[in-house]
Order: sequence, then structure tokens, then C-alpha cells
Amino acid sequence: MRESSLLASIPAHMDFVEKARIMDGPRINRALARLSSEIVEENHGAGDLFLVGIRRRGVPLAERMATKIADLEGYRPPVGVLDITLYRDDLSTVGAKPVVNRTELPGDIENRNIVLIDDVLYTGRTIRAALDQLIDFGRPRRVQLAVLIDRGKEHRELPIQADYIGKLVPTKKSEIIKVMLQEFDEEEGVVIVERPSETA
Amino acid sequence: MNTTFTRKHLLGIRELDAGEITHLLDTAENFREVSKRQIKKVPALRGRTVINLFFEPSTRTRTSFEIAAKRLSADAVNVSVSTSSVSKGETLLDTARNLEAMAPDCIVIRHSMAGAPQHLARMTKAPIVNAGDGAHEHPTQALLDALTIREQKGRIEGLKVAIVGDILHSRVARSNIYLLTKLGANVSIGGPGTLVPDDFAELVDNGLRIEKRFEDAIEVADVVMILRIQRERQDAAFFPSMREYAVHYGLQPRHLERAAPDVIVMHPGPMNRGVEISSEIADGSQSLILDQVTNGVAVRMAVLYLLAGGSPAETAEEKPPAKRQKRERKVNHE
Repeated sequence: MRESSLLASIPAHMDFVEKARIMDGPRINRALARLSSEIVEENHGAGDLFLVGIRRRGVPLAERMATKIADLEGYRPPVGVLDITLYRDDLSTVGAKPVVNRTELPGDIENRNIVLIDDVLYTGRTIRAALDQLIDFGRPRRVQLAVLIDRGKEHRELPIQADYIGKLVPTKKSEIIKVMLQEFDEEEGVVIVERPSETA
Repeated sequence: MNTTFTRKHLLGIRELDAGEITHLLDTAENFREVSKRQIKKVPALRGRTVINLFFEPSTRTRTSFEIAAKRLSADAVNVSVSTSSVSKGETLLDTARNLEAMAPDCIVIRHSMAGAPQHLARMTKAPIVNAGDGAHEHPTQALLDALTIREQKGRIEGLKVAIVGDILHSRVARSNIYLLTKLGANVSIGGPGTLVPDDFAELVDNGLRIEKRFEDAIEVADVVMILRIQRERQDAAFFPSMREYAVHYGLQPRHLERAAPDVIVMHPGPMNRGVEISSEIADGSQSLILDQVTNGVAVRMAVLYLLAGGSPAETAEEKPPAKRQKRERKVNHE
């Protein structure tokens, strides 16, 4: 469903061919800074904002953006965490049951301006699950979507688009976008990798 | 060692390894949050059917499984013995086969005979959850007890756990002994000599101590688990009277004086107040009895999610041979 979780389930011995490195640490940082200021501008400040990171890599991105918003506005919006596992539409067809993690939304989302944050937007199914889950917690005034990487509209399987995009990266289906963040990985960066078996 | 739980059934704790138990507990811990939401429901098991097949009276466990199923959006159907065709003479296997013909995705069974869930698991295709079989096992109770201990103490390993009372008749004691020793706790059991059998020493290789004096079991304990006196199973004279039991083996505040200062007290319910546990302790600050009930829902959600959430394609593939069997049975009948 998501590149990051897909990648985690693939055994380490399967080597991916790194095709291109599209972002490094400083570029990720600059992209997040721009997204943060766009979010503040669009929402007329940080007062009603509530950032919600989608597990796993959306969470550190949300934290970093909250810090940047605090630098701009002097107010740090709350950061929540969504684990969409129980809302996936492929639960009944995936073989091994995906590990369930906790959803944590500090405070009421009622009438807040929610910004959902994830690392990669691909099919849109993760976002559908996140929206369904979010609505079970209350009725936000507005929900927006911010992603570090948008793989392009042609991959979308649902009518979902991002409001804030770090970088638009048109990709092939056989390619995988790998976002690496210090919180989970040894380095910072975004690379395009390709599955060797599918290209052969 | 396994780090995930991929079994088809949950029949007992005995056959699980520490990794599987930990995965079940971790999953349950994450499910706890769902019950704190305003809308206490997630769509994970939407369209799935869970049958609660209870051959013994139960309020807590049956309700807990029912709520767990409903919070996962599964449809829960309760079959209890007094209203079932069992009272019309149907065998356990026929009952199960008939229920199975209605295509449930999971059957939760409680039965007074040890081994009934294992028997069903061999004969039916649906995943089976043991909700208590005779004096054998009650795996979800042991899991919810462990979740409660872990929540309170942060760990299981190295803790001193005293299980006291009617050990002999207790499936809760057996499942807890397996689980706690697998996770590295030091368990001691105690109570009246007639209800604390020596052959329990053979249940596990290590980590279990048998105390004839129940005060010795409680001493220095971090966790005290009180077991219910099973009035319905006291046909033989294991002790003279309930009153006498209360005087000698009922847990009183004085018993906890020598236990760890942050000792916690648990009871699987239903309690016989004033018999195995004094009201002062049951309602006191050390008691976690209601936390156990809360955690029971989370544990059962985790179990149902892991067992009933699988691919329905598996059952579809197994269908043709089942039909053949049916025809053969008909032939035999004629």
C-alpha cells in the first residue's frame, strides 16, 4: 500500500538498483520549510492548525514541520499520529496481518484545520484510509494534505490530490520511491530504486 | 523464535513461544486506544462473522468477546447452551459443523470439557479461539492478565507472581503459569493442600514454585493473583466450608504486609467477595480487577484481528473436499 511499508516487508537480501538520488538532507529541509510557510499562509496563521502524521514516515515529517511553523508563528500546532492499518482496504487480501500501531490524536480535532502529512503520495489509498479514520475522531473544519513526494496523478486510484507538495516526481510503476529519514534510517535522502526482477 | 503470531487457532498458551505471546500483547496494547475513542469502532473486520459458542455460563468473557468483535466491525453471534439444540441432544461436532455451514470467520468456544476447542480445530475450517475448556486452558485470560501486569510494572521478566487459591480446578492458573514462566517471571502457587497439586511441577521446566502455605507464596510477591473458589466444582470435600476457607485462605490486608510495597492484586472474576478476597482488598488501591476487564477487550480484539482478519481465499480453496465429505456422510446414513 505504501512504499515505505512495502519496502520494509521485502527481505534485505533483495538488492534494489538505485536509479537516482532526487533529494538529500538539506533539500528535504528546504522543502519542509517551504511547505510549512505555505501551510501557515493558506490557513491564515497557525492558530487553528492541527498536524497529523501518517505512520511511519509521515510522523517525523509532521514533527519537523510543526517546529518550523513554531519558528514562523511563535506557536507550535499540535501533532497527532495516525496508524491506518485497521482502515486499510486490503486487510482481507494481504497474507500476513499487518502490525497494528497506535493512533494518537492529542486534543479535539473538532473544527480544526487538519493537515495530513505523509512521505509519498502514490495510489491515494493510504490517504483514503487516513480520512476515514480521522472522521471517526470528529468533524474537522477542513482537511488538507501535505506530502514530501508526489509520484504523479497518473498513479492515482482514487480522486485524491495533495494541497502541498514537496517535490513532484513522475515515476514508473516498477520504480519505488524510498524516503530515508534520520528517525528511522541511517541517512537523510530520497532515492528512486527499481526492483531488479521486474526490469529483467 | 517467532516474532509474529501466524497461527490459525488460539487453543492454549502452552504451545506458544515467548515471541508469539509478546506479539499478541503488543498488538493488544495498540488496540487499547480504540476503546478510548468517542467512536469505538474500526472497520478492520467488516463483513466478518464471529460466533461465540458458550457451553458454560459466562458474562464477562462472552460480553468481552462480543464487544471486541463489534469494535472491529465484525458481526458477533452468541450461541449459549440453554437455548441451543445441544439441549435437544446434538453432539458438539454436529453443532460446530452446522454453525460452520453458515460460514463464520471465527468460532469462540467455551466448554466444560478440556480439549473441546482442540477437537473442533481438527474438525472444522474456521479459526477456533479457546475461551476456556474445563480445567485446561483459558488463553485470553492469561494474555489480559499479562497485559495488565506489563501496563503496571513495565515488564514481566523477573517479577515474582503468586497465584493462590483453587489451583486444581483453574484453567486460569494453568494458562498463566505457562505464559508467565515463558516470559521469565518467577511464579509461586499456593492455597489449601487439597487444591494445590504437586504434579503442577511437571507443567513447566522452571520458574514455578509450589508452596503449601499460602502466606509463603504471597510473601515478597510483586503480583498476587487470587483465583475464584469454583463452587460448582467443589462436589468433593476439598475444604470443610466456604467460611473456613475465607478464614484461612481469604486474602486480607494483613497478608500483603510482607509483599512488595507496590504489590498489585488481580482476580479473574467473578469474585466471591468475603471468600477468596476481602472487599477491602478488592476495592482497594492495589486491586487491578477492573483494569483486567478493560484489557480483556483489547486482548480479544487483537486475537480476533490476528485470527479472523486473514484472506477469505483460504476457505474458498478448501471448500470442494468438504462437499465431498458431506456426500459421503449422507451415503453412510442411507
